[in-house]
Amino acid sequence: VSTSVAAASRVALSARAAAWVGIGLGAVAWYLALPPILLRTAIPSLLIAAVGVAAGAYAVREGRRRLGWIAIVIAVIGAIGAVVATQSGEGNLERVFVWSALIAAMLRFATPLIFAAMGGILSERSGVINIGLEGMMLMGAFFGIFGADLLGSWFLGILVGVASGAVLGLVHAVVSIHLRADQVVSGTGINIIALGITGYVFIYHYGDQGTPPDVSQVPNLTIPLIEDIPFIGEAIGTMNLLTLTALLFVPVLTVYLFRTRGGLRLRSVGEKPRAADSVGLPVLRTRYLAVIASGALSALGGVYLSIGLLSAFSQNMTAGRGFIALAAVIFGSWRPYGALAGALLFGFSSAVARRLPAFSDSTAVLFEALPYVLTLVVVAGVIGRSRPPAAIGVPYVKE
Amino acid sequence: LSAAPEPDAVVAATPASRLAAYVRGGGVVVPVLTTLLAFFAGGLVMLVTGSDPIATYEAIWKGTGLQWIFPWTTGDERALAAVNLQQTLLVTTPLILTGLAVAFGFRAGLFNIGGNGQYIVGAIAAVWAGSSFPDMPAFAHVFISILAACAAGALWAGIAGVLKATTGAHEVITTIMLNWIAIYVGLWLFGVGGPLQTELEPEIPKSADVVEGAKLPVFWGEPILQGLHIGIFIALAAVVVFWLILNRSTTGFEVRAVGFNPEAARYSGMSVGKNYILVMAVCGVFAGLAGSMDVLGWQFRLATNDIQFQLIGFFGIAVALLGRNTATGTVAAGLLFGALISGTSQRNLDPTVFDPSLASNLTYIIQGLVILIVSADVIVLALMARARGLFGRRKPPEPAAAEAGEP
Repeated sequence: VSTSVAAASRVALSARAAAWVGIGLGAVAWYLALPPILLRTAIPSLLIAAVGVAAGAYAVREGRRRLGWIAIVIAVIGAIGAVVATQSGEGNLERVFVWSALIAAMLRFATPLIFAAMGGILSERSGVINIGLEGMMLMGAFFGIFGADLLGSWFLGILVGVASGAVLGLVHAVVSIHLRADQVVSGTGINIIALGITGYVFIYHYGDQGTPPDVSQVPNLTIPLIEDIPFIGEAIGTMNLLTLTALLFVPVLTVYLFRTRGGLRLRSVGEKPRAADSVGLPVLRTRYLAVIASGALSALGGVYLSIGLLSAFSQNMTAGRGFIALAAVIFGSWRPYGALAGALLFGFSSAVARRLPAFSDSTAVLFEALPYVLTLVVVAGVIGRSRPPAAIGVPYVKE
Repeated sequence: LSAAPEPDAVVAATPASRLAAYVRGGGVVVPVLTTLLAFFAGGLVMLVTGSDPIATYEAIWKGTGLQWIFPWTTGDERALAAVNLQQTLLVTTPLILTGLAVAFGFRAGLFNIGGNGQYIVGAIAAVWAGSSFPDMPAFAHVFISILAACAAGALWAGIAGVLKATTGAHEVITTIMLNWIAIYVGLWLFGVGGPLQTELEPEIPKSADVVEGAKLPVFWGEPILQGLHIGIFIALAAVVVFWLILNRSTTGFEVRAVGFNPEAARYSGMSVGKNYILVMAVCGVFAGLAGSMDVLGWQFRLATNDIQFQLIGFFGIAVALLGRNTATGTVAAGLLFGALISGTSQRNLDPTVFDPSLASNLTYIIQGLVILIVSADVIVLALMARARGLFGRRKPPEPAAAEAGEP
């Protein structure tokens, strides 16, 4: 028996390796047609992508369905990307695919997504759906700059912004945990209220003038040694304090969720609240804290938007980023690293979309829809099913 | 106004049964109390920010034009009220329809949060059909444009239905994603250089104009001054259809049965999957219809801004919830929110009393609060139970106690 298990695991391992090879080949296929290599014929790319598809198909047949399908999809996308790239002008490609700038932009776009996605994971892992990430982020965006403006310091601005998100999280918690409301309905209400509150205070305080241009901003950090490395320095040598915080927060949350007692409790409350309760865990308190924390984290993402990335607030400035974060959570199967991958991918698609108008003005905007399309594909289970926590969305009633 | 109470008394742990419990739990009193609470909170916001709530609500009321129905409103006042009321009903029309799109889903146990996307694809289809075929006869052109919008909405929502039926993907997630995809498709189509952008003004991101023959006729007020088009009757007809499907047809019976308890419905031989697809498609028809009403009725074109900042699908959720997912309730709630939106609009609100750009945000706050309070109607029910306790002890209704922590 043990030999067959070993054999099976060896087959699974090689299938996994094949899938990763497929993913790599897909990326290479596209990369060949882009600067700096910039092949002007798609044939090598197509051949490489075909091998990638075959590797993916092999992985699927050997039982690695999810990874295998991902490989196939990436190889196909790589092939299409290569064909499109060889059809475009060299100058345009060189303008769009400045890799170091793209990576820097990806991190900028991903920062708010990472914060809100980590918040979403906390809340949903504890069993409370949080559609209100968008509204909580918007609260942080406004009250972050509002606090920084009134109190004259970006640090206090962060505190005010985070507190505003936590308060909105508390509202969501009370309504959906204590009052046992439908959590999706409550989240929808939260989003609309946040739109109203931020818009109201914004107009009431700033009128037509908008926020002042000289608000204290969260500083950018220059990382000493990395800064000097030729390519990497341009990409990640200088980044915002909050971007760095977001990136560091991901491993912290992973350790908390999967390596500490508190994380185990949080997850058990989201999977089997009745069992958690029967061993004496405070189900409701755990959920409250998780939802409040998710509000605070989403708001931190919003703070980054208004006083990190920019130095201004405009009504509804989050423009769906909270929902993209939600998509990243689902895309990453409610795991911090998975969600990080989703956030980076979605950040990258935004970064490319902003640079594409260089040669194809109107279609660029379609890139912005990529996160939603990919999430749709993932929840549909085409490339492996993303499974939510068992007790998500169900209010807990103590017996 | 009478929110017809449901005779069915099934207790199960599905959203639909919970909602049915809501309907029985408070009838028309809970929505009214909810509204009062939300407006009261809105008044507090005004008070804190130094405005007079009573004067402001009075100005908003004037802006709605609803005083037109009183015979003692005469002369100039009546003429102004008529113009304002036309605007109110103009806004009410799509609200009722997106409300139906959400309510129909709720009755079948599905949460259609995608009214916004369905509305947008409906509007896109209507503006495309309405601005093409300049030689088509007027009646046929209107009809075809509306039909295109309904079909687009049905297809768009149908994606979520098919995914739920075949893969079990949750409709909340899929419809949220479809909302945003619809927005970006719209931005692409009408953006500068996009395939459906107007050729007359290549630098402006908007569609071509709907041709004269595809416009809905205006029956009240001046067509140039954005008078009231016949869409309000189409919306009311849709309400009747909604009621007929649910209460007088086999399909409606199946839809509700699946909503109450999918397992039981499956055992009694109904195809649950087919029902999910059907229900989502019907939801999409209502929302797509809403999009065509706005495009063919008064907007006559779509700009990318109209698409990007569209919230009507979410207001539809408020309408459906406040209207308890009933036909009459949806009309009443649609009128309430329509009045609120037009009463606080730039065009109708007296700016000397209250800044309209503040007021539209106040509208968001009130609508959001309505959704929150309706969703947490334990508050209102508890208040009612306490009030009832004063007049003799009766057992308070327990709406959400049926579902425990585990399925």
